[in-house]
Amino acid sequence: MTAIPDTARRNAGAGGFRLSQLARARGLAHAGLGIALLMGLWWLGGRAVANNPNMFAFADFAPGPTLSALWGIVQSGAVIDMSVPSLYRVGYGMLIAAALGIPVGIAIGRLPWLRELTNVPFQFLRMISPLSWMPIAVMAYDTWDGAIVFLISVAAVWPILFSTAAGVRRIDPAWLKVARNLGANPLHMLFVVILPAIAVDILTGVRLALGVAWVVLVPAEYLGVTSGLGYAINDARDTLDYAQLGAVVVVIGIIGFALDSGLAALIKRFNWVRASA
Amino acid sequence: MFARFANTTAFPQPAAQDGAARGRATGAHLAVMGLSHAYKKIDGLVLDSLDFEVQPGEVLALLGRSGCGKSTLLHMLSGLSLPSAGEVVINGNTVRGPSQAWVMMFQAPSLYPWMSVAQNAALGLRFARRSSEIATRVPEVLELVDLSPYADRNVQDLSGGQQQRVALARSLATAPEMLLLDEPFSALDAFTRRSLQRDVRAIARRLGLTMVLVTHDVSEAVRMADRVLVLDANPGRIAEDTAIALTEEQREGGCERFNAEHIRLMEIYTEVAHGDPSDQTDD
Ligand SMILES: Nc1ncnc2c1ncn2[C@@H]1O[C@H](COP(=O)(O)OP(=O)(O)OP(=O)(O)O)[C@@H](O)[C@H]1O
Ligand SMILES: [Mg+2]
Repeated sequence: MTAIPDTARRNAGAGGFRLSQLARARGLAHAGLGIALLMGLWWLGGRAVANNPNMFAFADFAPGPTLSALWGIVQSGAVIDMSVPSLYRVGYGMLIAAALGIPVGIAIGRLPWLRELTNVPFQFLRMISPLSWMPIAVMAYDTWDGAIVFLISVAAVWPILFSTAAGVRRIDPAWLKVARNLGANPLHMLFVVILPAIAVDILTGVRLALGVAWVVLVPAEYLGVTSGLGYAINDARDTLDYAQLGAVVVVIGIIGFALDSGLAALIKRFNWVRASA
Repeated sequence: MFARFANTTAFPQPAAQDGAARGRATGAHLAVMGLSHAYKKIDGLVLDSLDFEVQPGEVLALLGRSGCGKSTLLHMLSGLSLPSAGEVVINGNTVRGPSQAWVMMFQAPSLYPWMSVAQNAALGLRFARRSSEIATRVPEVLELVDLSPYADRNVQDLSGGQQQRVALARSLATAPEMLLLDEPFSALDAFTRRSLQRDVRAIARRLGLTMVLVTHDVSEAVRMADRVLVLDANPGRIAEDTAIALTEEQREGGCERFNAEHIRLMEIYTEVAHGDPSDQTDD
């Protein structure tokens, strides 16, 4: 029982606190600067387009018209109407990808023969752009929605599967031996040892998968559906409403950023690895 | 407090009531009969027809050079693996797999780093569907290993010695009748090792536990064991079976009796190890 003098600990704590506050303030300042830079570039781009006789028709893509269109769809509630179907499709697709990727990933991580068996086929399939399956998906599914969910699942399953498998392979074999020794049955093994041990790996896979799924979503929604963010983009293009198009692009970026931040927070919450202080 | 340990042991045992009445649990009786083992991938026997018996409450040390098969033997005693030939019999029943009635402790504490001290200690009870006992038993075992103030700490924020104490608490929580220790203190510094050697022996004696301790440290065997089996290597055989007749005070060391026992055992060990005491750790 090492006794650290109380004063020493308090000082260390206070110093750490001040430092972390400083770091956070700096981080916020840099984030703000980054946003300002992006806005500046956007504005410059808008100016350039407006001054170019070949392109001035697209000038509504500039920050001013876009942001007022954005305000318009926020006020009318259209932003909710176009986001909910997209979120539903991505959520559904991610759910299927997780339901497949996590168990298969665990099995591959635990069974060397299965890893050897599946390695080449899986690496091969993984490298195929999910959008290549579009014609097949359209034929195979009765509804456009089904085809889109399929494409998202295909895109999202690989990061989850590989990340889970890698996590399982890093599990300390002694944890399994100790659990067995303490009388764990296979269900205990899974829920008390394996899943908590790899929670962060799974979530990291989900985070990567979500990034891919969100990117695949928009072109997938160019397919027959009449709802969702991809459809809204297509629709704005067809009606030559470039301010609206810009607004949807901003919405896509904001939602994607929010989802990613949520997962990053979850990863932080479940991460049991101590940062070497 | 210890009577409660005795009453809830999962294993049927005729002597338990007796022990409980005296306020002490009763340790398991262990018999090893004609045990031999060969690993599939390697030629020849690792262990060759071992026969020995350990009485309830006895502390037995298995002393032998690296590679002589001590860990292999301990795994067979625990039921984590099964011998090629022969039997391990505990309380009259042949061992066919792990059981809550005996627990193995390893060189590394192997705690679950996403859990607190108390959660780690509660695991055996959880696995045995005895969660209702966690609230009373976990504080008891943490008290026993001197870690009560640390119950809610994450185990990563403990020293190596404290972590090994948590592993001990985890092993004791289900009130086993026998502890199997595979060089559990070898990664610790000399002072921490000493205090754990003393505490583990004291706890085992208070609870009446049978204990089998694997070591290649002669002084550890002298400090902790009632009896020492010195193992020969290639194949593993019992070369010497000798009692350590010391009182608890004498085991603290620094007295003539301790030194005499230490020298005697060292001589036996050196002889068995073919005059090569190089892998000997001593203090
Ligand atoms: N899984 C295994 N497969 C094949 N051979 C093994 C296996 N485990 C151990 N052995 C061999 O069996 C012999 C005994 O090993 P064991 O681990 O029991 O020795 P030990 O006495 O515990 O040694 P140490 O003091 O170094 O821990 C060694 O020769 C080792 O190489
Ligand atoms: Mg060993």
